[in-house]
Amino acid sequence: MPQVTLTVNGQQHEVEVEGRTLLVELLREKLGLTGTHVGCDTSQCGACVVHIDGVSVKSCTQLALQADGTNITTIEGLAAADGTLHPMQEMFREHHALQCGFCTPGMVMTAVDLVQSHPDGLSEKEIREGLEGNLCRCTGYHNIVKAIAAAHPLMHAEAAE
Amino acid sequence: MYDFAYEKPGSLADAVKLLSADPDAKALAGGQTFIPVLKQRLNRPSTVVDLAKLGLTGITVSGDKVTIAAMTTHATIAASPEIKAKIPGLQHQASLIGDEAVRHRGTIGGSLANNDPAACYPSAVLALNGTIKTDRRSIPADEFFQGMFTTALEPGEIITSVELPVPQKSAYEKFRNPASRYAIVGVFVAKFASGVRLAITGAGQGGVFRHAEFEKALSANFAPEAIAGIATPAEGLNGDIHASPEYRAHLIGVVSKRAVAKAA
Ligand SMILES: Cc1cc2nc3c(=O)[nH]c(=O)nc-3n(C[C@H](O)[C@H](O)[C@H](O)COP(=O)(O)OP(=O)(O)OC[C@H]3O[C@@H](n4cnc5c(N)ncnc54)[C@H](O)[C@@H]3O)c2cc1C
Ligand code: FES
Ligand code: FES
Repeated sequence: MPQVTLTVNGQQHEVEVEGRTLLVELLREKLGLTGTHVGCDTSQCGACVVHIDGVSVKSCTQLALQADGTNITTIEGLAAADGTLHPMQEMFREHHALQCGFCTPGMVMTAVDLVQSHPDGLSEKEIREGLEGNLCRCTGYHNIVKAIAAAHPLMHAEAAE
Repeated sequence: MYDFAYEKPGSLADAVKLLSADPDAKALAGGQTFIPVLKQRLNRPSTVVDLAKLGLTGITVSGDKVTIAAMTTHATIAASPEIKAKIPGLQHQASLIGDEAVRHRGTIGGSLANNDPAACYPSAVLALNGTIKTDRRSIPADEFFQGMFTTALEPGEIITSVELPVPQKSAYEKFRNPASRYAIVGVFVAKFASGVRLAITGAGQGGVFRHAEFEKALSANFAPEAIAGIATPAEGLNGDIHASPEYRAHLIGVVSKRAVAKAA
């Protein structure tokens, strides 16, 4: 069987996969990282978003073999080793940006990329447009938008330190 | 999803060889169309040939031409200051495709090869009178798009880049399906010294098409009023749960006027 070598949340893995194995299947089933969710069959919901080399990607629409040699961050890789939450996770908690939590890992990963790629500020419109590929069945998005706006200054203050 | 062999060749020649040797081998670019298709078992390739290592990325501007390599992503095109300066309609169009994560992976070559009747780029490439370059030849846009999901590409032929003449003015206007974000009607208009070209996506049963009457009127007077009195017949237009052919015919007029207003 073909092999992929990739780094996930700082740890290197060598995994045997099939040609058809999706990246999300590798993460969930081979590495046990079940924080990355699958919410649809049509690449529309965004529950599966992870970062490949720092950029948000739908891991259900990616072959594991395409990710050979890349550096992947999943929702499990955001918090510090001592359990301190990432500012985006903290703001989701503070602003009540989740209800059932199913969409949350994908929302948070999309949001982190969105904030990182807009160092000079992020308008409400940009946040809402940035979330176009992430569907939430519960919240009505309002508090998610608030949480992301609140995380922006915190993340950039941290990056500037 | 059925299983398949996976190859990631390091040269264009090797990729062409792999695809030509086996009629069931298929190219993979960003996968944002192809992987959903595989998941639905609508296609059963023997081998998937990943084009990622062929060096087919990048944007070059020389004089009055912009050349975009096939594996350049929608996100790269949307973020390109050169594209924004030379063909603002194309930069805007790329920024409206799918969502952020889709734009990070989806490529212009994949979109053109696929020729989805609701895809965005075919309208730009047709309106701009672009040329599709492949591993073996150059194909003018007017000959490339041959109907829904059908192009002039031969089996195993790989798009390497698309060359676009720089227009005086350009704009894209998209009336989108709010769920899928694809175009119900999308209009790309391009004004050149030699005249105006206007292409419509999302609406035609045969995929992207040019609107000769609009082009003639706009070449004489590049203003929304110039096409206000021209009715588009509903024959040959798509009807589905989202919009009837009559509604699409109406939208073609409205969306075209908006595109011209934006470009003018
Ligand atoms: C949720 C979602 C929303 C979307 N919304 C839009 C939208 O609004 N507008 C829009 O235009 N598109 C939309 N798309 C489609 C997206 O733009 C795709 O990225 C694009 O259509 C295909 O490009 P790709 O690089 O992903 O190609 P792939 O999916 O990898 O390939 C598509 C087809 O083209 C062939 N192919 C790929 N590259 C080449 C090449 N260089 N030479 C020859 N053949 C090749 C493949 O064999 C395959 O048959 C959406 C997709 C998703 C998942
Ligand atoms: S599971 Fe990936 S987009 Fe829905
Ligand atoms: S919190 Fe339930 S889907 Fe978003």
